[in-house]
Amino acid sequence: MTGGANTAALPRTRSARGLVDLVFRARELSLVIALAALVGVTAAANPNFLSGQGIEDILLNTAILALLAVGQSMVVITRNLDLSVGSVVGLVAFVTGDMLASGWGVVPGVALGVAVGAACGLLNGLLVSLCRVPALVVTLGTLYVIQGVCHYIAHGRQINAADLPPGLLALGNGAVLGVPYLPLITLAFMLAIGYYLRAYPSGREFYAIGSSPEAARLAGVPVRRRVLVAYLVSGCLAGLAGVLWLARFGTVIADSANGWELLVISAVVVGGVAITGGVGSVYGAALGALLLTTIGSALVVLRVNPFWQQAITGALLLLAISVDRVLALRVARLLRRRSRHG
Amino acid sequence: MSDPPALALANVSKSFGAVRALREVSLELFAGQTHALAGENGAGKSTLVKTLAGVHRPDSGQVLRGGEPVTFASPADAQRAGVAVIYQEPTLFPDLSVAENIFMGRQPRATLGRIDRGAMRARAGELFARLGVTLDPEQPARGLSIADQQLVEIAKAISRDARVLVMDEPTAALSGNEVARLFSVVEALREDGCAILFISHRLDEIFALCRRVTTLRDGALVATEPVSGLTHDDLIRRMVGRDLGALYPKQDTRPGEVALRVDRLTREGVFTDVSFQVRRGEIVALAGLVGAGRSEVARAVFGIDRWDAGTVTVAGRPLPAGSPTAAMGAGLALVPEDRRQQGLVMELSIERNIGLTGLRSLRRGLTVSRAAERDRARDWALRLRLKYGRLADGVGVLSGGNQQKVVLAKWLATGPSVLIVDEPTRGIDVGTKAEVHRLLSELAGQGIAVLMISSDLPEVLGMADRVLVMHEGRLTAEIPRAEATEESVMAAATGTGRAA
Repeated sequence: MTGGANTAALPRTRSARGLVDLVFRARELSLVIALAALVGVTAAANPNFLSGQGIEDILLNTAILALLAVGQSMVVITRNLDLSVGSVVGLVAFVTGDMLASGWGVVPGVALGVAVGAACGLLNGLLVSLCRVPALVVTLGTLYVIQGVCHYIAHGRQINAADLPPGLLALGNGAVLGVPYLPLITLAFMLAIGYYLRAYPSGREFYAIGSSPEAARLAGVPVRRRVLVAYLVSGCLAGLAGVLWLARFGTVIADSANGWELLVISAVVVGGVAITGGVGSVYGAALGALLLTTIGSALVVLRVNPFWQQAITGALLLLAISVDRVLALRVARLLRRRSRHG
Repeated sequence: MSDPPALALANVSKSFGAVRALREVSLELFAGQTHALAGENGAGKSTLVKTLAGVHRPDSGQVLRGGEPVTFASPADAQRAGVAVIYQEPTLFPDLSVAENIFMGRQPRATLGRIDRGAMRARAGELFARLGVTLDPEQPARGLSIADQQLVEIAKAISRDARVLVMDEPTAALSGNEVARLFSVVEALREDGCAILFISHRLDEIFALCRRVTTLRDGALVATEPVSGLTHDDLIRRMVGRDLGALYPKQDTRPGEVALRVDRLTREGVFTDVSFQVRRGEIVALAGLVGAGRSEVARAVFGIDRWDAGTVTVAGRPLPAGSPTAAMGAGLALVPEDRRQQGLVMELSIERNIGLTGLRSLRRGLTVSRAAERDRARDWALRLRLKYGRLADGVGVLSGGNQQKVVLAKWLATGPSVLIVDEPTRGIDVGTKAEVHRLLSELAGQGIAVLMISSDLPEVLGMADRVLVMHEGRLTAEIPRAEATEESVMAAATGTGRAA
């Protein structure tokens, strides 16, 4: 291999890398562009959309979904799935509400909620990682079990905002310098987890597991422990989301977040986390949540029948997956060509 | 040789159920020496490798490192002890960068335990410089050729300071110049004092690279001896326990009419302007380096991938692009390159796999008849001399050579007029290889047109009536049997003989 060949080969591989980077960044970029277009069109039709109240509503509505999406991404990145998050939110919201209504303080209440979520996550994680049951089956099972437990505890009752301590309701609806607490909480968790996954060796192992479980095992990655941690984090965040749900809405019935698990997974996939693991970021997932929520609000503002919201969410999901697939094929072909000529 | 061996097995036995994969096998690997392990498929080579790698634990006997008994409870244990294994098909993280692949779990750290990406990139660059190869540490592992993936694995091994390098058929999927590059890297590691265990079905490579050779047969040790003084035939005799006839028994046939005609076939960025024909009774080899586009042509002809321009004609009738069903209907059969992934459904039984291509013909009324399926499987198993326990066993338990026979049976059962085989004997032991060759020759004798893609040059030269050579997506030469030599084929494959 001559020196001339080396120097000739380098710029080519570098531009290949640049392109690959661009494709992966492109997801976050295209989400931002889609979001801007959506907001622009909607605001043109109805200027109220961009009022302080309108934006605050969107941020509040996004916060819980994005928090769940951040936890879910961690699980999906390891090539697993957590379908139980909607049920966990419902259970935690109700149980925590019950305790707070009976006189608990806010801090013990939050701790209880997170603990209940952690327990659910631990159960999922143990079943998936130790018993090697496919994640889809395990979390579908826990979805129904947790739902059942919640209905049993609720027994037809509901929690009323009037019974809750004002401190909690302030958490849900208060703001600092005009920015509501909820999105700030989500932002903090998103940044912390995103940084951990990117910058720490153990964080990279989540990607390694999702990219190739077999290679991860051979490389000495503690696969089971990491998968367990992913479920634990998802459970804890779902628990926290349950408390925030209670704080935001105040009045909750049993299983109030029924069906949210699919919304969360949609946000994650639209946000560019590959359902087959190994690819994506929590930032993308959170952006996906923001986009889905904004679409919902925009449709209301544009007076579109809410029925269309689900159809549009679905279409967006299909679009995201098709774009991923096409891009993956393009990139593979490009890399092939470059490695042949490079 | 007063130093204890860097790594050794002492009287190791290992059984899986009733199958005794290793019987009292001993092996000593010394620093600064390359040691070959030879044996047919199913002789226990893979089990031995996996014992060294910490995947299997011996039922009895010991693993010794530097003379001390050790227990490898996991692959990670073996790695910590300085044992690195390069598998035929490396297991990398396709979505992560090359540098991350090398340093997963051992990344250089900056403050607060964060990964120092700059240092990681620089160290990966140093490793590649030491190996004398150009690979971009930031490139994702997806899209790397198998040869490059192996280099990444070797870089990983060096970065772990591995003292023992086990290479399980590393050259099976490599082209000539990739093999040469690998050999120079291995040679450099050996000079640095690594102990190397090298496994290959290509005997030439054993003779070129290794100092001593250990031969296994049916899980037992046959001999450990210096390579010098041995001949190819000696080694083959030790491996199979008997003398083989000619390895490449192509019988002369008189080619009939054209069965498959490919005219100016082009798939954008993959292959360009490929034209050839195959006559009935003829074996035509498609040679070339890995990545020259040979398998891609086969896939396009069979309709798995679409082509952008050109025509494919079978027995005078044009085939539509991109339809395997139409190709099968026209009498085409494709035995793919990667039998585990593309050729077989590993979870299914032998009989189910053989039956897969003819589910319609196995129908009795509305459902597939199990009895008809079994009859067909038994028939083909007999004709191809398949070695199996029960037809209801999963194909996963068969050795590589026998799996290949199942794939062949599956496609022969469709009664094809044109058979395309992609690397029919890759990773197959010498004995079964000869049987596959005999079989292909017989099929040609029966008037089937055979298109054989192969990277095994002696196989190409021995089997083919004509040799087509591809280079970078183009057909560069068509060489008749009489003129085909290693030199002429390699010249065309590397693009140096284009003028000729």
